[in-house]
Amino acid sequence: MLTLLFDGIAYGMLLFVLALGLAVTMGLMNFINLAHGAFAMAGGYVLVLLMQRGGWPFLAALPVCFLVPALLGAALERTVYRPMYRKPHLDQVLFSIGLTFMAVAAVDFAMGSSQQNLQLPDWLRQRWEFGSGAAMLGVGAYRLFIVVVCVALALGLQALLTRTRFGSRLRAAVDDPTVAAGLGIPVNRVFLLTFAVGSGLAGLGGALGADILGLDPSFPLKFMVYFLIVCAVGGTQSITGPLLAALLLGIADVFGKYYLPKLGGFIVYTLMIVILLWRPQGLFTREAR
Amino acid sequence: MTTTRRLVTHSALGALGTIACAAAGLLTPGFAAAQADALKIGLILPMTGPFASTGRQIEAAARLWMAQNGAKVAGKTVELIVKDDAGVADTTRRLAQELVVNDKVVALAGFGLTPLALAAAPVATQGKTPLVVMAAATSSITEASPYIIRTSFTLPQAAIGIAEWAAKNKIKKAVTMVTDYGPGIDAEKFFVDRFLLNGGTVPEKLRTPLRSPDFAPVLQKVRDAQPDAVFVFLPSGQGAAFMKQFAERGLDKAGIKLIGTGDVVDDDILADMGDVALGVVTSHHYSAAHKSPANQKYVAAFQAANPKMRPNFMSVGGYDGMRVIYKALEATKGASGEALLAAMKGQIFESPRGQVLIDAQTRDIVQDIYIRRVEKVNGALYNVEFDAMKGVKDPGKNR
Amino acid sequence: MDAANLAATLATHSARVMRWKPWELAVWALIWAAPFAAPQHAALINEIAILALFAISLDLILGYAGIVSLGHAAFFGVGAYAAALLAKHLHPDPLLGLAFGAAVGAVLGALTSPMIVRGSDLTRLMVTMGVALVLLELANKFDGLTGGADGLQGVVMGPLLGVFEFDLAARTASVYSLAVLFVAFVLLRRLVHTPFGMSLKALRDNRLRVAAIGLSVQGRLAVVYTLAAGLAGAAGALLAQTTGFASLDVLEFHRSADVMLALVIGGAGWLWGGLIGAIAFKLMHDLISAITPQYWTFWIGLILVLLMLVGRERLFSPRQWFKRGGTT
Repeated sequence: MLTLLFDGIAYGMLLFVLALGLAVTMGLMNFINLAHGAFAMAGGYVLVLLMQRGGWPFLAALPVCFLVPALLGAALERTVYRPMYRKPHLDQVLFSIGLTFMAVAAVDFAMGSSQQNLQLPDWLRQRWEFGSGAAMLGVGAYRLFIVVVCVALALGLQALLTRTRFGSRLRAAVDDPTVAAGLGIPVNRVFLLTFAVGSGLAGLGGALGADILGLDPSFPLKFMVYFLIVCAVGGTQSITGPLLAALLLGIADVFGKYYLPKLGGFIVYTLMIVILLWRPQGLFTREAR
Repeated sequence: MTTTRRLVTHSALGALGTIACAAAGLLTPGFAAAQADALKIGLILPMTGPFASTGRQIEAAARLWMAQNGAKVAGKTVELIVKDDAGVADTTRRLAQELVVNDKVVALAGFGLTPLALAAAPVATQGKTPLVVMAAATSSITEASPYIIRTSFTLPQAAIGIAEWAAKNKIKKAVTMVTDYGPGIDAEKFFVDRFLLNGGTVPEKLRTPLRSPDFAPVLQKVRDAQPDAVFVFLPSGQGAAFMKQFAERGLDKAGIKLIGTGDVVDDDILADMGDVALGVVTSHHYSAAHKSPANQKYVAAFQAANPKMRPNFMSVGGYDGMRVIYKALEATKGASGEALLAAMKGQIFESPRGQVLIDAQTRDIVQDIYIRRVEKVNGALYNVEFDAMKGVKDPGKNR
Repeated sequence: MDAANLAATLATHSARVMRWKPWELAVWALIWAAPFAAPQHAALINEIAILALFAISLDLILGYAGIVSLGHAAFFGVGAYAAALLAKHLHPDPLLGLAFGAAVGAVLGALTSPMIVRGSDLTRLMVTMGVALVLLELANKFDGLTGGADGLQGVVMGPLLGVFEFDLAARTASVYSLAVLFVAFVLLRRLVHTPFGMSLKALRDNRLRVAAIGLSVQGRLAVVYTLAAGLAGAAGALLAQTTGFASLDVLEFHRSADVMLALVIGGAGWLWGGLIGAIAFKLMHDLISAITPQYWTFWIGLILVLLMLVGRERLFSPRQWFKRGGTT
């Protein structure tokens, strides 16, 4: 029971980091970027390449998994994403699906279509168990590591948004880009940075999740739905919304599969539809703006 | 208004231009230079999508067979037409129709997944064209058309092997965990039946959805049931993630053995799985480590032609499938239809996997099922065979 | 200008627009000639006709009602299963099955339409996708009825109109699907020019204004959604009947994505878009995958990206390549 709760939290946290960049892009630039999963996949493949072919240690490779997708995101933002901001949502959806297709085929071409396997260091493969029976808590080192990293990221981002000059500029740009630009805030640069950070986070999430979620070229399409659910249910106006939504999703998924295996895939989707019918703007948003 | 109208005419003209070019491309003859005395074999495989590895293995094996045996049979040239169905059943059917009607193929072959084979079955019946299933493994496929021959295996075949072994090796209580679709359910049913027959108990039958990103909850369930072993069937590709989590959850330390059909330790991906796979016992009809001169030759030739690949059970289905077609064509001097089908039935030959027989009654394959354990051979992981059940017929047929 | 006068003006206007233009007739003549001129591609023509019908139905809700849907396969899929099950268990007549598939699609559309009239684009995207995913899971669960992942086997269709058997060369199938597509096209062409159709266009352009005139926005959206769902159901029924089976694949995400691609290539918001897009998409797919079977999605993706970045009319008309800016 406690073990399940812990697993659900770890899974939810992973989803949170994966989806956070998407939530920010949606909230800030009002852009639906379905190619978000491609950046996550990039992060995962960077990790695989560094560890398998470069022989890097796991911890040293993680920052690179953030950096490479972040730079990639920045480059794409400058070149192809920016002209798409003013276009209707449908165009954005199709454009980003097109990008996803290209990424899937390109990775398939470069790395092959089979699942990639990571060899985690031994200290992340341990497991501790406390108590017994229903109250037993089993903690896998790697999942604990994920939870710790994700909590640290969430706190760091929250601080970044509320305490720094960049954060206040970002919030201003979200609330009203026109006025913000009028006040001399470099909106374009803020957007660029945000997009890069969001893509970097996705890459980090993809790297962290490669071991749990699996990694193959179809990754962006497989998990696209999950990212979108987190954003739709959590709303895109704060960090806490997606965080709670991701935890809810992770825990519901794990518990559902344990206690109601017959319902398998329904739980998450049905829950999402019900929530969206009840609160079309998302569960954790302030009343309609 | 004028702008819209202009837009419409422009896009209409543009789109029509595209279509005209494309249509012209399609209609020009000479796409495949038709030879009057050619024998065409239509190979329909998933080359894209999640099951692409199946397609690549089979295509590589089929081309290997042709490279080794030449392209001349009964004085005619054999032409292999490879088509990609991306794992989509209605595409499979259309391709089968076109191959039969336009290309006049003597045989259809390939078929990576059960629904794809089933979709094409009526085409084989209507077109009176033999259809050689090289991969799909649900028991009932050969009953879908009298023209279907199978050279891969059936899941019940693979599942009873491990059930027999488990019952003899101090495994009294087993939990099953299969993917929730046709082949998985086949595997579960036959494992459980055979295991119960031998006096075992099955407290839990778990099924995971086909798109299951996280195995944590089902593994926790396995753990809570405290069985002696867990029987697993997963489509190849998901095996690695499952094993990792199995070890991570400490199930091996809790004394639970991992057993299953060979799909979880598919040779295609076994080398990258890492040490978590060591000691896993499975039953299957082929391992790249099978000890026979025929297999050693096969593996060496396969890897010479495809440096980065290790041949897996899919490839052997493809290789033997080509053999069955070739030998039948030789026997009928290149005739097709009923005669060709009759020449395929009852073939007995030495495959890289060992002796096999195409059963004339069921048109399904009869073969040895090996019990194997994952071990390190020269530093790489292989499924090392240590026991066998001889001449296993598909148990799914005698119901 | 009194009401009668207005009505008269409107009527003459629609009559003028309603008249078939020469190029429209020419294109249809070409399309009808296709199965007879290239009988070896009959199966492909059948697939194109089905995709075109599906794309036109998506265009109704996307191009005319402005609803972004990534779950249109839901209706296609239930139509396919409905037609297949009817043929298997009750009656093998194709036209009956077609009507049944369309009806089941429409009912599902009517039931789910309240879900899509609220919320933002993202919400709609998610709800439409969610409905399709739930249906996919349902079809997988009730494998006793649907055959689950193995697909529904043993669907034997009776001859069309009691005369034409569905042959292996797919000639009957291609003509049948084209006929259904043609009828749907003519009906929709009429509908778009009725006052109701006009109000839909107004709805797309400015929802607030339509509400201000006093027309019911929600009601209209629900009607369009139901109609589109019915057409998608008919397309699904055609697929099930002409291929003789239905599998989970009819509900998969890639169906929804493919039809969206086809529609966008042809252009949303005008009736020809779905038709032209379906032809272009299928032919491109066939050609590209003949050249590079493994990586054809890369090129489709590239086309999509370019299309969205550059804008369709600039991509297809060289005269515009050298102008700065552009209105897309």
